[in-house]
Amino acid sequence: MRAAVLVFPGSNCDRDLAEALERAGARVTMVWHKDSELPAGLDLVAIPGGFSFGDYLRCGAIAAHSPIMREVVRFAGAGGHVLGICNGFQVLTEAGLLPGALIRNAGLKFVCRTVRLRVETTATPYTCAYSEGQEIALPVAHHDGNYQADEATLDLLEAEGRVAFRYLDNPNGSARDIAGVTSANGRVLGMMPHPERAVDALTGNTDGAPLFAGLVAAMADA
Amino acid sequence: MKARVTVMLKKGVLDPQGQAIAHALGALGFEGVGEVRQGKVIEIELDESNAARAEATVRRMAEELLANTVIETYRVEILPDEAG
Repeated sequence: MRAAVLVFPGSNCDRDLAEALERAGARVTMVWHKDSELPAGLDLVAIPGGFSFGDYLRCGAIAAHSPIMREVVRFAGAGGHVLGICNGFQVLTEAGLLPGALIRNAGLKFVCRTVRLRVETTATPYTCAYSEGQEIALPVAHHDGNYQADEATLDLLEAEGRVAFRYLDNPNGSARDIAGVTSANGRVLGMMPHPERAVDALTGNTDGAPLFAGLVAAMADA
Repeated sequence: MKARVTVMLKKGVLDPQGQAIAHALGALGFEGVGEVRQGKVIEIELDESNAARAEATVRRMAEELLANTVIETYRVEILPDEAG
């Protein structure tokens, strides 16, 4: 699998994300936000966590309008896979690739801890290596992870099985405990928790590893 | 010409920062404080002398970047040039 990890000024999970993808067997190219082209033959664009452009205006808003994101929108429109984690999720909502928005945490505090999640669907390439209803633990680290959308959108996401992960102990006030959602075709995933920070027993948790392993396997089969 | 864009969270969208301000005002002893909403104000200088054209341009700016219309509303004002 060929993956690109985008890098914005203020990205800080880009190398962890590249490492997690490489461990799962992907070939990774780092792509700077000012680039106007994605590498040829790409299977996945991964948008890392961090504080792109200092979270100015709104988290992810400036990054969503960077030159490379025009290509990412085109890539997703052509059926490409796009994974956005934390700030990457915020970028995806700002770019209109996923519905809803991420606003200030209900408790106003920056939340940095491991949270429990339930895998709500295994019918995506990102979650196919988990079992349905499986409980996992992943780190979160964000100030603006409170997922909100209007009721009709939330109902649609539920009806179409597009809620990928749900918090068991909602840390940020997200509507319906939503921690991650997919696009209608299941190929774009945005999530606030950090699977790339949970791929090595040395750092205490490997619950994120199946996401990358499953993704690489799903791409190989495709 | 100068434009001022006021961006506010939509009614019904939880505003935890507004709530925190309301709480702090109460703690300071201010009575009778109802709902508080926090937004942001963006002022833009434009090389444009026609107010209608300026407003149309700034509305496009608001739609494309300044506001996230999923959760926010915006208001555009065209300000008279300052004297002098």
